[in-house]
Amino acid sequence: MHLDHQDTFPERHTYSAADPVRADGRRRALRIGLGGPVGTGKTATVAALCRALRDELSIAVVTNDIYTREDAEFLLREAVLPAERIAAVETGACPHTAIRDDISANLEAVEDLEAAFSAEGVGPLDLVLVESGGDNLTATFSKGLVDAQIFVIDVAGGDDIPRKGGPGVTTADLLVINKTDLAPYVGVDLEGMARDARAQRGELPVAFTALKAENGVKPVADWVRHQLAHWTADAA
Amino acid sequence: MTLAVPAPARPGTAALPTAGLRATARITARADGVGGATRLPVLDGDGPLALRRVRGYGHQARVCVVGAMSAPLGGDRLAIEAVAEEGAALHITAAAATVALPGRNAGHATYDVRLTVADGARLEWLPEPLISAAGSDLRMTTTVELAPTARLVLREEQVLGRTGEPTGALRSRLTVRRAGRTLLDQETAYGPGAPGWDTAAVLDGHRATGQLLVVEPERYAEPVGVRLLGEAADGAGQGVLAPLAGPAALVTAVAPDALRLRHLLDEAARSHLQIGL
Amino acid sequence: MSRAALLVLADGRFPAGGHAHSGGAEPAVAAGHIKDAVTLERFCRGRLHTAGLVAAGLAAAAAAGHDPLLLDDAADARTPVPALRTTARKLGRQMMRAARATWPGPDLDALAAARPRGAHQPVVLGVAARSAGLEPLDAAYAVAYENISGPATAAVRLLSLDPFDATAVLARLAADLDRVAQQGADAAARVALEGTDALPAASAPLLDITAEAHAAWPVRLFAS
Repeated sequence: MHLDHQDTFPERHTYSAADPVRADGRRRALRIGLGGPVGTGKTATVAALCRALRDELSIAVVTNDIYTREDAEFLLREAVLPAERIAAVETGACPHTAIRDDISANLEAVEDLEAAFSAEGVGPLDLVLVESGGDNLTATFSKGLVDAQIFVIDVAGGDDIPRKGGPGVTTADLLVINKTDLAPYVGVDLEGMARDARAQRGELPVAFTALKAENGVKPVADWVRHQLAHWTADAA
Repeated sequence: MTLAVPAPARPGTAALPTAGLRATARITARADGVGGATRLPVLDGDGPLALRRVRGYGHQARVCVVGAMSAPLGGDRLAIEAVAEEGAALHITAAAATVALPGRNAGHATYDVRLTVADGARLEWLPEPLISAAGSDLRMTTTVELAPTARLVLREEQVLGRTGEPTGALRSRLTVRRAGRTLLDQETAYGPGAPGWDTAAVLDGHRATGQLLVVEPERYAEPVGVRLLGEAADGAGQGVLAPLAGPAALVTAVAPDALRLRHLLDEAARSHLQIGL
Repeated sequence: MSRAALLVLADGRFPAGGHAHSGGAEPAVAAGHIKDAVTLERFCRGRLHTAGLVAAGLAAAAAAGHDPLLLDDAADARTPVPALRTTARKLGRQMMRAARATWPGPDLDALAAARPRGAHQPVVLGVAARSAGLEPLDAAYAVAYENISGPATAAVRLLSLDPFDATAVLARLAADLDRVAQQGADAAARVALEGTDALPAASAPLLDITAEAHAAWPVRLFAS
């Protein structure tokens, strides 16, 4: 008798997100990473996305807290998703390592969620959001972990952030500039930010959001729907 | 570094390693028919390991190991073998703590306990602590063989040094095999010659350490819940009750002294395992 | 074989999940048992000669080609608390992913198929070392070194310990590391005749107790 590993899970052959196919041959869920500095609204964006999309998509979330479980518990408290759709990964005080240099714990969390939903017969996941712990402007997700990434900054961090650039601002598939409702109070020039972002990012999209507003997450939700349409179309 | 040059063996003269004594005590418990009282067809003390039958409860037979002289001393080779045959219930205790002492002869002592429990049998091995006196050197083994439906309660306590003295060298290995597979294999090495034993990873100043193992195939088919015992802060020692990777629960504890160690183990037995010792 | 593969395997940047684990350092820091370089060294020495020695024996035996499933059982018997068994399997699964990408081979595939939730990490590391063409002693070195470099790195992060001091601690433990790796390899060499009983089973009561305490913390920086 062996009590520690009675569960039998299918063995997986993938090493990373580079392989978009599940063990059963079907295309796996789209994986989107959300990164950005502390306090810019990553968790709030994840929560808002879940509320906006949960009726049309099967969603799960992996959080990477600085202090483990805080973000996961926020999502639970806000009841944006049932507990079985949220997994927390500990990062050993190094959140960027866990999403970029050594992605193994995050990959496992994603795969465990996918396996759980494939096995239970409730239908496979369509979308997995991987939220990074708050980090600096250089933190980006490995292509081995996610298919696309969103970088979240806010106007309160200063309107010079898009101009300064850095890998997150420059290369993210979507740049979200959050808390636009605060712009008048912190003396920020939104048009200047948009101009600077365009200079850094070329054709890559930028979304301005104010999550406190009614349906404030809509530009991000629409972008996710668009990504998912491409992802599904690629499979066909 | 100096290398000791081994003395060439002198055939016929120095073949005996030490003048230590050799003694093996043997106990066999047998059930008198199905569900009947347990008899003791074998109850053979030897040397310092005297055995007394004491009054048992119900069908159980009880044996007390009485230390008839100071042992083990350096060079001694002691052993106890106990067998609980099919359906038997055997409970073994000791009259006093065992104190490992330095011998007149250099060289370590050994103390080997071999316990065998057949199907449907239950063995309780509950000796008093083993105390490692300054200057002593003891290597102990406890080897348990359990049949698939055998049940076991086993307590092991080690005290490092008598009051106010440093510990001797004490190595002890506990190996429990069940149904052909090793359920638990733990070796402790404390005192002179054991690097790193008195550190925050191992004992961190605690002078008493012990384990309480309960193997119950039916009861622990579902793993027992983890419980933390004691408080690190108030000097009462600390421990944990946890399931093994098999139908068994293990309490591991460290404490400043034997008394507080026993308190932790008793508390776990009474409150969390619901067994009396 | 290439001995240089050992550098890849033992590199702290080898992406096998170790960075999120403190090897018991986080609870030891919280209890005030690790507070500077001196206490870190004591902790690491204790860990190396217990958990490190057990891991070295298992890794060396796996690298020698002994049945990894029997070694996995031996690892279970030597790991008396579930928090550490779970951690070892989690890290084993992550090591397996990295190893199959770096040194693919049938031994790794077979173990991955037999233990999809992960075998104990030292066993996987040993099979990976074998797949990389390394010797049992190499595997023992890699796993024993990781056993102390993990807590040292964690202490740097948790205490803002001077990284030069932490690295000097590891350097001062080099002789102990030699001894433990050799003991592990020597024990592994006896497995063919004596079975897995020949492998070290050194226990560390406080590592076991504090691992379960740490696993119950509501908030922590490290996974273990």
